[in-house]
Amino acid sequence: MRAPLNTSSAPAEPTGPMIAMTNVSKWYGDFKVLTNCTTSVNKGEVVVVCGPSGSGKSTLIKCVNALEPFQEGQVVVDGTPVRDKRTNLPKLRARVGMVFQHFELFPHLSIAENLTLAQVMVLGRDRGAALDSGMTLLDRVGLSAHAKKFPGQLSGGQQQRVAIARALAMNPIVMLFDEPTSALDPEMVGEVLDVMVQLAREGMTMMCVTHEMGFARKVANRVIFMDKGEIVEDATKDDFFGHARSERAQNFLSKILQH
Amino acid sequence: MLANFDFSVITSSLPYLFFEGMRFTLTLTALAALGGIALGTLIAMMRLSGLPVIPLVAKTYVNLFRSLPLVLVIFWFYFLVPYLGQWVTGADRPMTVGAFTSSLVTFTLFEAAYFSEIMRAGIQSIPKGQAAAAQALGMTYWTSMRTVILPQVFRNMTPILLTQTIVLFQDTSLVYVLSITDFLGAASKVAQRDGRLVEMYLFAAVVYFAVCFVASMAVRQLQKKIAIIR
Ligand SMILES: Nc1ncnc2c1ncn2[C@@H]1O[C@H](COP(=O)(O)OP(=O)(O)OP(=O)(O)O)[C@@H](O)[C@H]1O
Ligand SMILES: [Mg+2]
Repeated sequence: MRAPLNTSSAPAEPTGPMIAMTNVSKWYGDFKVLTNCTTSVNKGEVVVVCGPSGSGKSTLIKCVNALEPFQEGQVVVDGTPVRDKRTNLPKLRARVGMVFQHFELFPHLSIAENLTLAQVMVLGRDRGAALDSGMTLLDRVGLSAHAKKFPGQLSGGQQQRVAIARALAMNPIVMLFDEPTSALDPEMVGEVLDVMVQLAREGMTMMCVTHEMGFARKVANRVIFMDKGEIVEDATKDDFFGHARSERAQNFLSKILQH
Repeated sequence: MLANFDFSVITSSLPYLFFEGMRFTLTLTALAALGGIALGTLIAMMRLSGLPVIPLVAKTYVNLFRSLPLVLVIFWFYFLVPYLGQWVTGADRPMTVGAFTSSLVTFTLFEAAYFSEIMRAGIQSIPKGQAAAAQALGMTYWTSMRTVILPQVFRNMTPILLTQTIVLFQDTSLVYVLSITDFLGAASKVAQRDGRLVEMYLFAAVVYFAVCFVASMAVRQLQKKIAIIR
């Protein structure tokens, strides 16, 4: 067993909501992307979000750190209301880690610089300390030999592991994942999921948009199923993979489990 | 027929042409390019800011300067700015603005319109996810611009910015309308003084061509290099 990935100074206790969403609705012009979405993610919980393409999964998860503004409802992250003029959004986002489908490493910076940039610019850490924690995390995702390389020189799976390390370097209180493996070649999916499983087992609070049902079975506490901007099902893992579920979710599951 | 020409006038005036004329031209080109790129970047950011009114201000600026002949702008600044300065400061005499300052300000403002379009295209070509990732890490707009977006834009756009600077280098010859001793101005003064118009203007053309040709080749090499890095 490797050293812990979660270096957050205060380990999350498994009580109380880390993310509380109440009646979140969002429109793009006349088009309603999210309709009355209500759910919560407790401390230490792993929640998987799935649903067909275009159902609003990315939009929902981006409402958590206000990368997407929304017009109605409220999201409260660790006691901080996101849709409140007085909330310092950059400060909130610095505590919420996010991993994207297309990695979004900064291509003009080396891996080491990718890991340290926000630590220095946002958290005000000095370069030495930032590099130390960056290198520790890089080692833990198994890539310490690549610190001096540039993102373009790494495989997709390696880039995504660096992206996870970059988010963890900020000592986040919660991690958001938006389809972290769906842009990867099949043989690289496993290495990224391994890191995520390890993180989940260490007690990190996670909200993951993914269609990797194996991952959900292994570590998820709850599964949320979305369709047409609505949360159709929000159930414990066992209920979701058992039989008590909506027809829409059943159809969706039978489709993706065929592969 | 060439026997009637005296090319020795060129060799004898070389120090004047280059140490006085070309030095002015290169200084003006370099400073106006730096100023124009800085101002152009700001205008591009204003244009893309998504704030109310500000994008319109930026767009109007660009369209205005792109629809005016450069010679007119040079004249306008040189002859009207002293009076404008007088009016603004309430002084009792027109402000004295040197020919160099006046042409530097003119070229910076004028070229900023063109540089801003290059920078705008450059910023728009960076995937949206880059800004989102910077934001998600807690960076403010200015930090993400400075450390994530603009460095990539400059790297991608350097060849085009340099090509525009080569055009600027040629355009600076228009300051001859203010009787300034830039390279062309110096050549023209020697030509008038010694009655050697053909020789001097021929030489000036050769020099402008050589500088621009070599610079363009260098830019092309740079472009190849950048393409490899990406
Ligand atoms: N900027 C935008 N303007 C208008 N419509 C948008 C915009 N962004 C997304 N949408 C629409 O909102 C809906 C939800 O998009 P979203 O990206 O959240 O879906 P998703 O569930 O993440 O889908 P996928 O599985 O393809 O990633 C889609 O129908 C999409 O076309
Ligand atoms: Mg999506």
